[in-house]
Amino acid sequence: MEMGWRWDFTIEILPQMAIATLNTILAAGVGYAIALVVGLFFLLGQRTPFKIINWINREIVEFIRSTPLLIQLFFVYFVLPQFGITLSAWICGMITIGLHFGTYLSEVYRGALEGVSKTQWEACRALNFSTVYTYRRIVLPQAFPIAIPGMGNYLVGIFKDTPLLSTIGVAELFHAATAVGGYNYRYLEPYTLVGIIFLTLSIPAAMWVRKLEKDVNKAQGKIKK
Amino acid sequence: MTYFEFLQEHGLTLLLGTVTTVKVLICSMILYVIISMIFGLMRLSKNLAIQGIATVYIEFFRGTSLLVQLFWAYYVLPFFGISLEAFTAGVVALGLNFGAYGAEIVRAGILAVPKGQWEAAHALNFTPSKRIKRIIIPQIFPIILPPAANLTVELLKATALVALVTVVDLTFEAKQINSITWLSAQCFGTALLIYYIIARFALVPFLRWLEVLASRKVGKERV
Repeated sequence: MEMGWRWDFTIEILPQMAIATLNTILAAGVGYAIALVVGLFFLLGQRTPFKIINWINREIVEFIRSTPLLIQLFFVYFVLPQFGITLSAWICGMITIGLHFGTYLSEVYRGALEGVSKTQWEACRALNFSTVYTYRRIVLPQAFPIAIPGMGNYLVGIFKDTPLLSTIGVAELFHAATAVGGYNYRYLEPYTLVGIIFLTLSIPAAMWVRKLEKDVNKAQGKIKK
Repeated sequence: MTYFEFLQEHGLTLLLGTVTTVKVLICSMILYVIISMIFGLMRLSKNLAIQGIATVYIEFFRGTSLLVQLFWAYYVLPFFGISLEAFTAGVVALGLNFGAYGAEIVRAGILAVPKGQWEAAHALNFTPSKRIKRIIIPQIFPIILPPAANLTVELLKATALVALVTVVDLTFEAKQINSITWLSAQCFGTALLIYYIIARFALVPFLRWLEVLASRKVGKERV
């Protein structure tokens, strides 16, 4: 076996990796979209006036947050068929990522809502606004900017967790690298390429999130320096 | 097969896997704490070279996926003549990855120590190393421990990934039993429960205790 980096091999596998990268981006995007919605449901569970629902909601969130995404993936992928629900690896992966990160996003939403000053609520009550109106016109427009950095962070987080999907056979970037590596019995180039592709995608994304965070803080007058 | 029978037959295997998981957790925890201290301080260095090294390290490990780093450490390093045992590769990859996140926490913690403390240490003519060691470091613990606790729970979850580079931990055993018996709900359900129990009833209380200890040490009773 030849040691050292082989450029011809790198160029040979590059198209395959590029296509797989699109799959990774797609998986991250769809997973994120689901997580955004799931997060809303967990948020609702948290804010309903029924104590029991609050408690159940909290325990579920706590459980999902403190167990590994990997085993959750296996659980969904292997257990659902036993109940007669056979879903493709893609759908299982998307559901699991959506649930897992939905719990995190619900915390982001909660933090954002709590970040809106109490007096805003009181003012709305004093003005006799309805709850819907209060949320739509007063609270949410103020809460949303607070949530943006957290939401951005989890987009990057989901993107970096997509390689886990390869374990249940979703054909994303890491899966492609393993397949190519196994076929040619060379792992150096495929795995290194995966690393480079991740870096080139996630560092700009992270920088963008950081900039957003700064902008938000500035817009709210929170930067002291 | 009832769940009880399942536990009777495979409980011990799962338990042995759990022991490995805890070992991986403890080793990588020690490693990541050391790394984050070193790189967190380096990141604040006035020397541009040192600062640059730390920044590159942090951005690199935060920018790529843990799984990629893990596979790289296990499957690619042998190309360069460095063959690590699966356990070592797992611990090193986890430690380096979480060290990068931890370094940012340490950096933020140091920056959060009130300026007056630095100035006072200056005024008292402490040497730079004494300033850091005796004045700043003790004060950062109450600040960094809450985010570090979150990170450590993430670390526990991340240890599951070492199963993919053939470390025989809880996840590995669960997968193994699953492929023999196809009792997926029992295997993975039990594994999930064990991770949950470790996190909720061992790791988190331990970290809370550390937080209380740290805030007491600097004379702050917990509110």
